[in-house]
Amino acid sequence: MKMLTDIFGIIFTEAFAFSIFRITTPILFAALAAVVADRAGVTNIGLEGIMMISALTGVIFSAWTQSAWIGLLCAILLGMATALMIGFFALKLKTDIILAGIAVNMLGSGGTVFFMYLASGDRGYSANLASKVMPTVNIPGLQSIPVLGGILSGHNILTYLAFAAVLLVWVLLYKTPMGLQIRAVGESPNAADSVGVSVNRIKYIALGISGALAGLGGAFMSMGYMSSFNTGMTAGRGFIALAAEAMGRGEPIGTMLTSLLFGFADALANNMQSLGLPQELVAMTPYVFTIVGLAAYAASTLKKNRKKLE
Amino acid sequence: MEDTILAVQMKGITKVYPNGIAANQGVDFNVRRGEIHALMGENGAGKSTLMKMLFGLEQPTEGEIVINGETVSLTSPTVAISKGIGMVHQHFMLVPSLTVAENIVLGMEPTRGMFIDYAEAVRITEEFSQRYNLHVEPHAKVMDIPVGMKQKVEILKALVRGAKILILDEPTAVLTSQETAELFKELIHFKEQGHTIIFISHKLKEIKQITDRMTIMRGGKSMGVFNTADVSEQDISRLMVGRDVVLKVEKEKAQPTDTVLRVEDIHYENEYGKKMLNGVSFTVRRGEILGIAGVEGNGQRELVSMLFDMVPPDAGTITVEGQTVTGAGQRRIRDMGVSHIPEDRMTYGAAGTASIEENLISDRFEKPAFHKGVLFDMEAIHRESDQLIRDYLILCRSGKQQVKMLSGGNIQKVVVAREFSCGPKLIIADQPTRGIDVGATEFIRRKLVELSREGAAVLLVSADLNEVMELSDSLMVFCGGEIAAYFEDTSALTDEEMGEYMLGLKRQSPEEIRRAFHE
Repeated sequence: MKMLTDIFGIIFTEAFAFSIFRITTPILFAALAAVVADRAGVTNIGLEGIMMISALTGVIFSAWTQSAWIGLLCAILLGMATALMIGFFALKLKTDIILAGIAVNMLGSGGTVFFMYLASGDRGYSANLASKVMPTVNIPGLQSIPVLGGILSGHNILTYLAFAAVLLVWVLLYKTPMGLQIRAVGESPNAADSVGVSVNRIKYIALGISGALAGLGGAFMSMGYMSSFNTGMTAGRGFIALAAEAMGRGEPIGTMLTSLLFGFADALANNMQSLGLPQELVAMTPYVFTIVGLAAYAASTLKKNRKKLE
Repeated sequence: MEDTILAVQMKGITKVYPNGIAANQGVDFNVRRGEIHALMGENGAGKSTLMKMLFGLEQPTEGEIVINGETVSLTSPTVAISKGIGMVHQHFMLVPSLTVAENIVLGMEPTRGMFIDYAEAVRITEEFSQRYNLHVEPHAKVMDIPVGMKQKVEILKALVRGAKILILDEPTAVLTSQETAELFKELIHFKEQGHTIIFISHKLKEIKQITDRMTIMRGGKSMGVFNTADVSEQDISRLMVGRDVVLKVEKEKAQPTDTVLRVEDIHYENEYGKKMLNGVSFTVRRGEILGIAGVEGNGQRELVSMLFDMVPPDAGTITVEGQTVTGAGQRRIRDMGVSHIPEDRMTYGAAGTASIEENLISDRFEKPAFHKGVLFDMEAIHRESDQLIRDYLILCRSGKQQVKMLSGGNIQKVVVAREFSCGPKLIIADQPTRGIDVGATEFIRRKLVELSREGAAVLLVSADLNEVMELSDSLMVFCGGEIAAYFEDTSALTDEEMGEYMLGLKRQSPEEIRRAFHE
């Protein structure tokens, strides 16, 4: 009982609510990346690897150029390039896209250690590199409102960008010719092909956008969430994002809500450590949420499919 | 002839696929501007290949294509579209979750700034819809509209892109007779406006009714061009298959005995809460063929999937010789002596990448006759499969060949060979001859009659009105998830009468309908 009141004591604080948005940011970027790719019919399972690569890229380039923005730009570009590489393997060389994604994930976990060692001489984390961090933004007016100001103002600029990206992705998918073609290609490539829409071109574009979004998520990890790169720092967020996208049924708004749910679980886990629970147990929370969430999603689609007679 | 300009000229077309199959050999194909030209032939005769080349989906190995006097190289559908060629595919090329207007403008979206100008898309749709008298609902999602309207959307898609030459690949295969009549009116309207139409079909009656000329193909070669008025249906079928096809199935009068299948008061609501089956009761007896006619989507598919325990009914019972079907599972239902020719043969009927042999024994591989200890007795399996290939006239190189390499008619024969040779007491034949050639159709129909006369109970579901009326001893019409009519004897029925029941214009009294259930 005492435990429960302690937990509620944590949840209903400004700091906790603030941390949900902060923690949701990388998941949301990656989940939107999954949305764009998935709607074009390409499963980008390499999000985790792309995030790792971009996180390191941001650190290295911001340290070299002493500009957080150039670091961010490089992170985005390398994220795009990595996603397009998945596209090259899957669409041009006809390998299985899941295998290409897995390869990128392994490249992300192993390759980043290698390049960090080259760049900083350290295998664990990038303390030697004087990397930059993206600025935080205090929103005038909003920040002086009690409670709400403390929750919504003062976030990293990338956190605001992540939520703005929800709207941008929605507009892209539902209001632009490109979005219409992405949805058409993802749902029935033959239909798109029959009217002269190049299916592969659209898939490459969607993968490029997906890579850029995942790159932003990775950059936030090392240039906002933390101020350095360390090995394995994305800790499965790329996979959690895939779960969030699936539960959000590929809809930008729905995906934002499920990403927030995972952000909440993650924030809870961070805080429960202070309650004296075993750290290993607490660290499981977001993953338990993922499994329960995916199971609930699978059960609901299974029921729907059983009823569907096609 | 001097004055008529050729819209399409395909000269000496040969197409050899990388696997060495020559689908077309020196085919000449000419279509005059402003005519309706039929392209006929059995499955595997090379019609689709020829049309794929005309629409830029495939490139000829040899030969020349001339459109309106201009020699062209059709490297992709985009090029073909730019030359004024449009194709309405047999399997609709539409995106189900998009609206009609979105499907029509896909790839050529009108924009305002960066955004799609949806109002303009709707306007374009309505403009063409009115000009060509093709009624569609621009705002409806494609998945919600009936098949007939989907086809109109496909035709509009081609017209909006400026198509003057329309290729229609078996356009009537999915339509009701009323929808077909409407389509024909539209096609004649196009012709009057100067469009050229290439019409691919198996249905001899339709070809006679609507086309001006026809090209008949057999075995990858053209058998010649004919004026439709000059050739009889018998001539056409002889040219297509090289012999006279008996289009009438000879059968003696049925002598139905004991009830095999008993379906009692079945109800079912689908995932959208739509009532798909509402109190359906009927029986099928030994020695009779009971047909189910009806426009697709009136509960037939749901019923068939219940008979095979793929979906449980919300209420009601289904028994085969007294044994309950619901919850029994496929294996036990087959053990009851039920066999199934599914509507979708590549999903439920055959495994495309498996060999003919493997498909043929897939229901009986557990039998001791095919085993030697723990391993298969390959000898016995070869013998069984070779026997079936001979008996069912399956055209193939060997039993080792992959099923998906066969033509549609031969794939269906593989399914039929397995389902008919297991000594069935009840055969559920769901669209058994859809999309297959005349020869295979005739063969399958004759087998069905033969088995029923030997004492099997047959339930035949078919969207092909001729087929159900020709084959069935007694007949039910499904409409809105209910039996709208039951006819003990089908010999006196007319198409018109059936159409009225199918479309819900008429309905028998509950007493008349109850006759379908024999106590």
